[in-house]
Amino acid sequence: MITIKNLHANVAGNGILRGIDLEVKKGEVHAIMGPNGSGKSTLANVLAGHEAYEVTGGEVLLEGKDLLDMAPEDRAREGVFLAFQYPVEIPGISNATFLKTALNEIRKCRGEEEISAKEFLQLVRKEMDKLGMDEKMLSRSVNAGFSGGEKKRNEILQLAVLNPKLALLDETDSGLDIDALKIVSEGVNNFKNKDNAVILVTHYQRLLNYIVPDFVHVLYKGRIIKSGGKELALELEEKGYDWLIKEDEAVGV
Amino acid sequence: MNKIPENTELKKWYSDQFDSFENKLNGGADTYFHQIRKKAISRFGEIDFPHQKNEDWKYTNISPVLKYNFKPASVLSETKIEDSLIENAFISEVECCSFVFVNGRLHSSKTNFPEGVTAGSLSEIMKKNPELVKQHIASLSENDNSFSALNAAFSEDGFVLLIDKNIQLEKPIQVLFLTGSDTENLLAAPRNLIVAGKNSSAEIIFNYRGFGSKVYLNSSVTEVFADDASNITLYNLQEENDDSFHIEKLQAHQTASSNFTHFSFTLGGKIIRNDINTKLSGENSASHLWGLYLGKNEQLIDHHTFIDHSVPHCESNELFKGILDDNSRGVFNGKILVQKDAQKTNAFQSNKAVLLNKNAKIDTKPQLEIYADDVKCTHGAAIGRLDDTAYFYIRSRGIPADVAKSMQIRAFATDVVEKIEIDELKEIINHKIFEHLRRVEVVNE
Repeated sequence: MITIKNLHANVAGNGILRGIDLEVKKGEVHAIMGPNGSGKSTLANVLAGHEAYEVTGGEVLLEGKDLLDMAPEDRAREGVFLAFQYPVEIPGISNATFLKTALNEIRKCRGEEEISAKEFLQLVRKEMDKLGMDEKMLSRSVNAGFSGGEKKRNEILQLAVLNPKLALLDETDSGLDIDALKIVSEGVNNFKNKDNAVILVTHYQRLLNYIVPDFVHVLYKGRIIKSGGKELALELEEKGYDWLIKEDEAVGV
Repeated sequence: MNKIPENTELKKWYSDQFDSFENKLNGGADTYFHQIRKKAISRFGEIDFPHQKNEDWKYTNISPVLKYNFKPASVLSETKIEDSLIENAFISEVECCSFVFVNGRLHSSKTNFPEGVTAGSLSEIMKKNPELVKQHIASLSENDNSFSALNAAFSEDGFVLLIDKNIQLEKPIQVLFLTGSDTENLLAAPRNLIVAGKNSSAEIIFNYRGFGSKVYLNSSVTEVFADDASNITLYNLQEENDDSFHIEKLQAHQTASSNFTHFSFTLGGKIIRNDINTKLSGENSASHLWGLYLGKNEQLIDHHTFIDHSVPHCESNELFKGILDDNSRGVFNGKILVQKDAQKTNAFQSNKAVLLNKNAKIDTKPQLEIYADDVKCTHGAAIGRLDDTAYFYIRSRGIPADVAKSMQIRAFATDVVEKIEIDELKEIINHKIFEHLRRVEVVNE
């Protein structure tokens, strides 16, 4: 699905990603973990095309297509979706307008016709119902005045409706209580199938109790210092990050 | 130091025009209204045109206005105009009673008012029943600069609305002011008066539009009297021709428990100067001034507001938002005076502007004079560009960059637009934002 080779990126002149290599295949869930400031969120934002980050080296291929040359909207049309850690409020633009505009752009790129108002409503209602969202949220402005939990649910609603190939979830669990966490995780589990892939960026292991990863990677100072199966997350939960960091630095010397 | 230009020739031009106007008036030259005009032209002779050395005009260079010898429309005969021009400019989506003024003169009207409402042409009222307006006309607005003096000197008509007590008008009133000419550089000088009796209410839409190929100056003055417990909303939509000028003064006087709401939507015109002044002189009264101004090309849009809190327990709210593209410039000066007796005043003011182009510019200045000690006054100004994170967020959903910008523009304008209480008008304004700024339109589902 996605191949990342030796990816380097800067923000404001500082190297944040310093040689990331990662291969994510169809049907897989990868968790990116690591201490604060390790570059986890940067990786997610760079893959989605945030212009605040400058890619200084490396290559990213989505099903063989060079992603790094594309504008954010083109990446989305090719099937990349980023669920934001802090979803943005857009007063004056209704959720329905926003979601329908996005969906139609993506359908256009796939060579599909615009969705009819009726079909759109059916689709959105079904997904909102699964996420326990009130239908009134559709006529409200995008994320404006939403609680933290509502915003995260709204991200998952967009994920479900836009149905991308690759979902990047940036700290989707932050600020959620246990009930909301379950609903959001269920949303992600409903989304994943053998033809798409998920990259979860998270600081804590608790999300991984609900969305079980196939692989876990530990990011530190902009590089992956350890990869393993889901049991690695449990080990991290128990021992923290320090033992890995020490190991890494020892190797460095 | 540069010498302030005296504009002697230009002043003589207007003074000669006044002589022609008087000749044309014939029998009308001995009315009390004409005394007001005479006073105004004499005042005009004494003062100079506003200059950037005047604090109130510091950021607004009006020398482009002074390059023209504008011919007062009141000196000329009635303008012939095609119906299609009126139809195109008229806001037909809003069900309303309506008046059309062409170059400051009443052209046509469609009315259906209940008893107790006098609405229509100042000139006709002056002919038939001048006593009706004598107490109010020109009693508020002083000829404090050359433009308000020119308006008073050359006005012969304008929109008048007098509402008796306890009358609530159900439908809005639309007043279309069409200004322009293919042959003359015109000065239009509409003189408007709104007098709302106790416990009355009305919504009025002023729709300023231009036509014709010649540059014109629309110098407009509106006086509003809101008596106890009245509720007046005035929507002021300005879409003058791109090469023309609009200089307007609104002066409101409010007594106890009255509510005055003013919207200014400024789109067209090369130089636009709006003075919006309210005096709160009865307890528990409230003024709400909302503004949305959109600049492009070389437009200069200047808003000066002045809220005079002279008694206790009053409230004022001001929110002005500007979107400036290309080389356009904005000016916002918000003055709030809280007099020493005006305890428990609650005054809020905010001006926010977003610059879509690095060459666009805004000067903003709050001006608070507070002489009472138990008051709550807040003011703020924010100037910036559209937010990069929001831009990325929208695009990351597959939405094209130009649509993303439009969504951000709509988001920025929305807290002013949402205050409009006429749904059709809200939609029209949303549409005009994109039309004026030449952006892809975003329409909500």
